[in-house]
Amino acid sequence: MAPRIRFKDPWQEQRLFFGRLIAGAVVIVLLTGLLVARLVHLQVVNHPHFADLSQDNRIRIEPVPPTRGLIYDRHGQILAENVPAYQLELIPEQVADLPETLTALAELGLIASGEIDRILALARRQRRFEPVTLNFRMDDEQVATFAVRRQHFPGVDIRARLRRHYPFGEATAHAIGYVGGLSARDLERLDRANYAGTSQVGKTGVEFAYEDLLHGRVGYRQVVVNARGRVLQRLEMPQERPALVEGRRTSRPPVPGQDVVLGLDIRLQLAAMEALAGRRGAVVVLDTRDGDVLAMVSTPGFDPNLFSTGISQADYQALLRDPNNPLFDRALRGIYPPGSTIKPQMALALLHHRVVGPGERLFCPGHFRLPGSSHRFRDWRREGHGHVDLIEAMAQSCDVYFYAHGSTLGIDRMHEFLTAVGLGERTGIDIQGERPGLVPSREWKRAAFRRREDQAWFPGETVIAAIGQGYMNATMLQLAHSTAVMATRGVRIQPRLAIASSDPLNGEPIDFPSVELSRVVLEDERHWNVIRDSMIAVTRGARGTARMQMRGTGYLVAGKTGTAQVFSLGQDEEYDEEAIDERLRDHALFVAFAPAEAPEISIAVIVENGGSGSSVAAPVARAVMDRYFADRER
Amino acid sequence: MFEQTQAFEARRPLSLPAYVMRSLHLDTPLLLALLAVSAIGLVVLYSAVGQSTGPVVSQAVRLCIALAALLVMAQIPPAALRKWAPWLFLAGIGLLLATLFFGEVGKGARRWLNLGVVRFQPSEVLKIAVPLMVAWYLHDRALPPAFHHVLVIVLAAFAPAVLIAIQPDLGTAVLVACAGLFALLLAGLRLRYLFAAGALGLAALPVLWHFMLDYQRRRVLTFMNPESDPLGAGYNIIQSKIAIGSGGIFGKGWLNGTQAHLEFLPERATDFIFAVIGEEFGLLGLLALLALYLFIVGRGLYIAANAQDTFSRLLAGSLSLTFFVYVFVNAGMVSGLLPVVGVPLPLVSFGGTSMVTLMAGFGILMSIHTRRKLLAA
Repeated sequence: MAPRIRFKDPWQEQRLFFGRLIAGAVVIVLLTGLLVARLVHLQVVNHPHFADLSQDNRIRIEPVPPTRGLIYDRHGQILAENVPAYQLELIPEQVADLPETLTALAELGLIASGEIDRILALARRQRRFEPVTLNFRMDDEQVATFAVRRQHFPGVDIRARLRRHYPFGEATAHAIGYVGGLSARDLERLDRANYAGTSQVGKTGVEFAYEDLLHGRVGYRQVVVNARGRVLQRLEMPQERPALVEGRRTSRPPVPGQDVVLGLDIRLQLAAMEALAGRRGAVVVLDTRDGDVLAMVSTPGFDPNLFSTGISQADYQALLRDPNNPLFDRALRGIYPPGSTIKPQMALALLHHRVVGPGERLFCPGHFRLPGSSHRFRDWRREGHGHVDLIEAMAQSCDVYFYAHGSTLGIDRMHEFLTAVGLGERTGIDIQGERPGLVPSREWKRAAFRRREDQAWFPGETVIAAIGQGYMNATMLQLAHSTAVMATRGVRIQPRLAIASSDPLNGEPIDFPSVELSRVVLEDERHWNVIRDSMIAVTRGARGTARMQMRGTGYLVAGKTGTAQVFSLGQDEEYDEEAIDERLRDHALFVAFAPAEAPEISIAVIVENGGSGSSVAAPVARAVMDRYFADRER
Repeated sequence: MFEQTQAFEARRPLSLPAYVMRSLHLDTPLLLALLAVSAIGLVVLYSAVGQSTGPVVSQAVRLCIALAALLVMAQIPPAALRKWAPWLFLAGIGLLLATLFFGEVGKGARRWLNLGVVRFQPSEVLKIAVPLMVAWYLHDRALPPAFHHVLVIVLAAFAPAVLIAIQPDLGTAVLVACAGLFALLLAGLRLRYLFAAGALGLAALPVLWHFMLDYQRRRVLTFMNPESDPLGAGYNIIQSKIAIGSGGIFGKGWLNGTQAHLEFLPERATDFIFAVIGEEFGLLGLLALLALYLFIVGRGLYIAANAQDTFSRLLAGSLSLTFFVYVFVNAGMVSGLLPVVGVPLPLVSFGGTSMVTLMAGFGILMSIHTRRKLLAA
């Protein structure tokens, strides 16, 4: 069989080709139709769905932190404010060589060279398009230095942000406290949503206690982001009511925090600060009529502005290691043996319980012995005070008088009465951290000691408690409060720092009511007069312990000096050869109210290891009271 | 005298531009359509690259080079091309083998060959060399081709396609294979062979799956269900569907495509530029672009229909159909009709080599069209 031979037939081949070409064209039209159908499906039928997805892609909700409320003193002086601070920020994504850039900035003095490693670590941890703050506080010179070189540092820029600033620095450090970086622990107790976008929160003092008022409410706004989540543009913030945008997303402006007005008088505060300069000590001044804290100072202080700008590890360590412990609030948390400063309360207890009459005299030989005991309780004055009645015992601070009558009064009645006049328990001031102090009792001792032989109450312990020594201790806030009770003749008003809040938008202040505590009622109201007169005798009497320091005051002071023994070093203090002598010296204390005839203020002062209450603490109180009455005259 | 008049009359209707076009062997409608698509491409590219002029200028330079290639190819008569066809094909295969052994690696694939002076992708050469080869082979043979010829042709088309697929460059491999097969189909391949091949192909799918690389498999799986991996392999296709869909009928406007400008859409200047057009110019913009492409393909098929010998016919038809495949595969993958294979949108996507080959191909079409002998006078 011969193979089949086929010949080329051009016409046949061309027809075949045309046929195929037309088939191809038909397929092309069909496929194009399919494509068009697909596009119509995407762009017409499902357009709303994809338009939503596209919006979701690019729109994010960004929190707008509220502006923190300001803190004012009673005369409208700003104690805590928000100031624009120039910060140097860097966006890692936009910087080609991070270490080189940082080195160059350090050479210009714009960042501390020691910070470079920390910044590098920080930049590695966070997202590359989010700014890292290189320098929280740029001074004018640094701003200028950078401004002229800005083009050499792409990705680095200066940004103005609001920073908390305390114009009076260390003078208000303890009372007002400070704000610091929001920590994971803070977020556990706060409403997370309301703190979105906020980086700082009140950590201590008024800033902490009134956080809810000061913070305000977070706002939201829409931002356009790119695929990497970087914010490219902030959309207009609706200024009126929360608006519904695109049918479902809300945005709303933040509600600024409330301003808080304190009862503090910054001039008095500064006077106390000045009077305590160079000492470890504390001063608390209360308004006896409404419980306002007029001054509350603890020295040495520290600069709270360090904390509000992110304290460096070195600064923080320095504060922690300072032997004078500047971070410790001596006014609120320092508990000291009150010594003779509680003799007014003790004397009142003696009168109230009829242990002694006002004019009843007792001979002071310079020491006291319990019946059937050989132990001598010594008076501060070795030779004794001779025959003293209550007024003289107070004026000269005779210990034997209180040893003798106090032991007759007994610990139970002593405990009950001192507690009633505000000692041994927290005053309930409106900031946190207050220590309760201690007025010992039999129950307390049973609970406090583990060994049975230690749990019994010994008569000797009553004797020393009568002069505010032994187990007894108190804070300066308590002493000022309890002294105020002597002034108000039994009316107890809870001390408070904040007296009002005001809305920065409509400016209407809301006064906080004073809180009255259970009143001290005596059977014989005249006893109040006796105590007042005895305290006047301290400052005016011929032998009054504070007569020298209170000489020439234009106002009448009812006061009491105190010199408290320091028994031993605290357990957490290290033995320091050089410091030991100074640290073993007595604490100097002084309490007073004035004017004695129509009291307005009460005051408590301690100078740690200051020695004598009359010569060291009383002048401090005098300086503060002088300032108060000088200002009042104006 | 009489003859002179007739000759004069024959030339009379030529205006100056038409005269220039004819003497340069260019086809005016096709050239205008190509320039229109390229111009649209530059405008969209400016938006897709984030309004920077650098890439647009470099793309314009490439466009000029590609037009030069078109001009050069238009000057070569089809007969000369036919003479060179087998040598060009062999040279192409040689370059592919060279690439396999000496090629430069980029993005996990060995596609580039550095000849010292120029650096290019030999696979691009095959897009023209394969249809040339097939058209050459079938030119003298009786059509429809006998079975053994079909086998030779399939081998000629698939050998380079396989070499390209293992680079790996699946998109180009598909296009090269298509170019060869289209020439075969146009030559009148018997339909029973076609169906048999189709059945064989389906049967071979599992084998193919076995030999596919991980990322190629992932692309197919992602195509089946993009939402299965929205941040990984499915991300591209999800974002490009959002871009096209959110464009709606009228689009968001030039430079206003959020998907593209906020960088949600990956590969927006290259393989996914179709989605940028869809987002910014909407359905109307895409339809206009598709109409232009269809015009180009239609003009190519018209040229093929008017070509006067088998070689020219098959070559012109194959190049035109391949061009359509280009458009369809890209538009199909970007709109989610087809799996993602790396095929750029012809004449619009950023990048040079494919544009040069495409324009060279259109140069061949023009050469074919302008050298027709007028049979009926």
